[in-house]
Amino acid sequence: MSEATLEISLTVNGEAVTKTVPVRQHLVDFLRTELGLTGSHLGCEHGVCGACSVRVDDAVVRGCLMLAVQADGAEVVTVEGLTETGEIADLQKNFVERNAMQCGYCTPGMLITASELLREPKPVSREEIRGHLSGNFCRCTGYHAIVDAVETTINNRLEEG
Amino acid sequence: MNKETPITLLDKPNSYVGRTLSRDAAKRAVAGRGRYTDDIMPARTLHAAFVRSPYGHAKILSIDVDAAKQQPGVALVMTGAELAEMCTGPWVGTLVCFDGMKSEPQHPMAIDRACWQGEPVVMVVASSRAEAEDAAELVTVEYEELPVVIDKETALDKDTPVIHPNLGDNLAFEKTIESGDVEKAVADADIVIEDTFTFGRHTAVSLEPRALLAEYDPGTERLTIHTSSQCPHMIQTVFARTLGVPEHNVRIVAPDVGGSFGLKIHTFGDEVAATAAAIKLARPVKFVADRLESFATDIHARENRVSGRIAVTKEGIITSMDIDVRSGAGAYSQYPRTSVFEANQILNITGGPYAHENYRAKTQVVYLNKVPTSQYRAVGHPIGNSVGESLVDQAAAACGIDPMEIRRRNVMHDDSYPRVSAAGIEMRDLSHQQCLETLVERMGYDALLEEQAEYRKKGIQRGIGIAAFIKGTAPGPAGYYGAGGAPISSQDSCTIKLEPSGGVICMVGVTDQGQGVDTVMGQIAAATLGVPMESVRVIEGDTDAVPYGGGTYASRATAIGGEATYQAAMTLRAEILEIAGVLLQAEPDTLDIVDGHVVDKGDTASRISLAEIGRIGHFQVAELPNHIQHTLSATHRFRLKDALYIFTNGIQGAYVEVDTDTGFIKLLNHWVIEDCGRVINPQLADEQVRGGCVQGLGGALYEECVYDAAGQLQNATLADYLTPMAGEMPDIEVAHIQTHTGVSELGAKGVGESGTGAAPAVVMNAVNDAIRPFGGKVTAQPMSPETILKALGKV
Amino acid sequence: MKAPKFDYIKAESRSHALELLDQLGEDGRILAGGQSLMPTLNMRLSQPGTLIDINKVSDLSGITLEDGVVHIGAMTRHVEVATSPIVAKHLPLIAEAMKHVAHHAVRNRGTIGGSVALADPAAEMPACILALGATLVVESINGRREIAADDYFKGLYETAREPNELLVEILIPSKKTGEVSVFLELAQRHGDFAMAGLACVARVSNKTFEELRLVYFGSEDRPTIGTGAIAAVIGQTCSDECKEAAAIALANDLDPMTNLQGSAAMKLHLQKVLTGRALDTAVERAEAT
Repeated sequence: MSEATLEISLTVNGEAVTKTVPVRQHLVDFLRTELGLTGSHLGCEHGVCGACSVRVDDAVVRGCLMLAVQADGAEVVTVEGLTETGEIADLQKNFVERNAMQCGYCTPGMLITASELLREPKPVSREEIRGHLSGNFCRCTGYHAIVDAVETTINNRLEEG
Repeated sequence: MNKETPITLLDKPNSYVGRTLSRDAAKRAVAGRGRYTDDIMPARTLHAAFVRSPYGHAKILSIDVDAAKQQPGVALVMTGAELAEMCTGPWVGTLVCFDGMKSEPQHPMAIDRACWQGEPVVMVVASSRAEAEDAAELVTVEYEELPVVIDKETALDKDTPVIHPNLGDNLAFEKTIESGDVEKAVADADIVIEDTFTFGRHTAVSLEPRALLAEYDPGTERLTIHTSSQCPHMIQTVFARTLGVPEHNVRIVAPDVGGSFGLKIHTFGDEVAATAAAIKLARPVKFVADRLESFATDIHARENRVSGRIAVTKEGIITSMDIDVRSGAGAYSQYPRTSVFEANQILNITGGPYAHENYRAKTQVVYLNKVPTSQYRAVGHPIGNSVGESLVDQAAAACGIDPMEIRRRNVMHDDSYPRVSAAGIEMRDLSHQQCLETLVERMGYDALLEEQAEYRKKGIQRGIGIAAFIKGTAPGPAGYYGAGGAPISSQDSCTIKLEPSGGVICMVGVTDQGQGVDTVMGQIAAATLGVPMESVRVIEGDTDAVPYGGGTYASRATAIGGEATYQAAMTLRAEILEIAGVLLQAEPDTLDIVDGHVVDKGDTASRISLAEIGRIGHFQVAELPNHIQHTLSATHRFRLKDALYIFTNGIQGAYVEVDTDTGFIKLLNHWVIEDCGRVINPQLADEQVRGGCVQGLGGALYEECVYDAAGQLQNATLADYLTPMAGEMPDIEVAHIQTHTGVSELGAKGVGESGTGAAPAVVMNAVNDAIRPFGGKVTAQPMSPETILKALGKV
Repeated sequence: MKAPKFDYIKAESRSHALELLDQLGEDGRILAGGQSLMPTLNMRLSQPGTLIDINKVSDLSGITLEDGVVHIGAMTRHVEVATSPIVAKHLPLIAEAMKHVAHHAVRNRGTIGGSVALADPAAEMPACILALGATLVVESINGRREIAADDYFKGLYETAREPNELLVEILIPSKKTGEVSVFLELAQRHGDFAMAGLACVARVSNKTFEELRLVYFGSEDRPTIGTGAIAAVIGQTCSDECKEAAAIALANDLDPMTNLQGSAAMKLHLQKVLTGRALDTAVERAEAT
């Protein structure tokens, strides 16, 4: 069987991209190897660790559980894109100040997942934050600092209205 | 702080030492600008995939690679025999410091026989990983299955097959240590408690898997390897020796490392194979383990059974402890660090906080047809602490003494150091008593006991756990690795330089995997030199740049590398002041450096900036007299003298709720009080403890590599090997007692493993406290719901 | 590990998907949310010839209420189910169960149809639709067929759907007046597949069970109705004896699978515990309304 390929056109971090990709290539391999966007990481490639989380058409998804060809026509946003737009600058700053990461490998996925809680911020308990992040594996921090950083960001946004 | 500690430059007001500062690496990480090995993609990179043994033990009868070689994109297919021809010889994972230890020579890939499921057999190198895997599926290996040895308890039985006939039996190592007279203590004791504990096999599960990118230039014969490693110099030496490349021609770069936890202090056959392919093909070759490979090939750890006994007086004074440890290694002893450290550490540390003088500990480490075992965060400590602390709790219950009180009565006194532990290890600068009283206060211990009693009345079973601990950190040269014959350095070094701009470059042998080692070294250098933190750049993780060092393992980076940095900075500081003295016509000892400027001591007015000294020192050297042969740089190395380790200590508390109908455990609160000596960056120290704790909790509650009777790993996915996730983990309160170690001027001890070492012990004690009224007792980890239900007699 | 080679066709319409299914036969695999299929591809555990992607087929998703029946399109993503006011009001059992379904990012992509079509024995949705007496609508080029949930689950990952059929819609009777539901699940970690779980729908009057449906999942090879346990409880007033009778009967209803999560004995024990808890909660909820 030869390698099946398809041409896809999509928007990645606001930029239009057209590429021919192997149909078996998952979205994160495409982002990393074709576009050089290495902020999205692979930790398991079976949908458990969350390191590959990216935003597709405004929803956080596992980038390893979606084929690149399925992103044809979609708007994809990675941690690089979120950084450029400044959408989560406060969250990123709080992650740094609270040291809510050590090795940093889970961090892009954590940030993208946490960003969902910030879009229409409402008061949430630490337990709810933990529940929301429960599909993102971090081996380094023990999660406490991550929960702190997310909590601080939500509270600040609520205070600032 | 220890009152006898002299006031140093580090203790100045506004010192960078003792202050929370953010990490530069964190700023990159949040922007997705981390640079991990797999992020480096040179042109024409090839990718390696492996055909691995599907059997726990099998003879390799034939290998047919013809079809694989014909596949699109395939550049190389290499068998174990072909790889062996490129290697200087097999590895033998023994150290002479482990008397009588034996291990079968191990080739990077299996040749005639595979000894665990997952052992590499054939490597395929192709244009993409997908194509390499496509071709690997077409490699045909004919195997003849051999009997497997899976159960460590029967591994030494007469009718159990011997994995490596040349060794005579399946025994890797045995050892006994003994002090005092255990049998007399037991005979004289009021109460003797015996129990047996079992511990599941774990693996590190770094989120970034093992990764390596090898590049070889046949013209200069230089080999460059980017790899996710804690120990670049060790990798340099091992790979140079194994592949016959001169060591000075090998450059190892560890870029950002996505978690390591001991996993990445090791060398692996598949990594050697990928490097050999890069040499053979003269093209970049990358190997990144996928998650399934990680489970089946990363070192495993912790599989132990320990029978333990404690003797106490009716007042709860411990008179003796003795343990018997059966440790399950893998098919080979892991080269070069061996597979026997875990057992050895259990012997060293069990009952370590206590003042008893009678102790006997023995172990037998046996080979099994499983993944080789070796060092994983807090080697041996989760086991030794769980055993010792459970025995102490059981003794307390038998005596009718509160668990906190029995520890209060038995811990080594803070004023009793230096002294030698019952295991024969020198202890100094510890603070068990102070830690314990701090824990009582932080937990609100008495109120918590009352709360627990109130919940009991409502039918809610909560448990309070206490576990004191010691932790061996920063091993010295007299002990194991170097002394044992391994190419592993126990010293570490720093080269520090003043640049013409007045900026400072600090090159260290210790490495960062996210702990903040670079930040901590920068803080020490900045504080010592008297320069702004922003003007210091720390370089680590590149053997072409940094002085030779052991890297980061065994909680050594700050304790060893930090002192080297401090001493190097002191030397450079003296030279800067000497030059300033000449230029200012002042005695150097009347000068100080504050915020990048030389000042008169006690004053803040700049007399000359370091930028000016840098400019003159590098460009206007004629302004300096000939007798000053300055270098504006200094290198210092540091190692322990005679000590085996810098021991640290601490105590943990846990509050849990057990659903006695379902066996589910809810973690409510967790406290850690620990003494890592001088704290350089409080936030980073706290986070080491928190992260370490949760790693320990994973082992206590969830984690286990499960093998079936045929030697098949049953749960080699992240969906089946359960790691701790955010939803179930507690917030963790951390406090530090700072008793400076006397072995260095910096006074720092290790902190990276203190959370991990006692977390399983304290949660097991809390669970047992919760279920004790029902006659239940758990002595097996992980404490799955079924384990709890069995302990309660419900299943 | 990377997925093996396969072909990929994006179905442009429902009829296109059905034609492809028919043409490709065993060689074709439907790609819906992909949250279960993609891992097996990435681990090279499955080797489809062609993936038929139905994500862009617009008339396969959506939630509507028609004549007391909630219609959920097969491609409706978990997140839409979880946030649907119709589901919250008319299918409280499913609303309660959704909290246990995987994680945020998986719910954003995974679909109810995918979950039901796969019939993972530890998944929540199959148990819910069986407990609620739903009807599954499947289509092939030969036409449309309705399968009662009671007749749908045939074994471990086995269902009554034929290889050329596409699950297009699930019809679920909305909550009747006086009906209560309880969803309980035991998983070691948030979002994990269940060790044991129970979907309960009941009508309770004066603490007496007038109607009851107990569906167990996580322990069996498929979602399983606790026929004996129901019989032991129906018409009875909730009491320790009644719960004990249900637990005893349950031993005949269930045949738990031993797996990495625990032994058959433990799973049976957990299902018994959940049964008692579900009955108590059903009574509490009935009394609260």
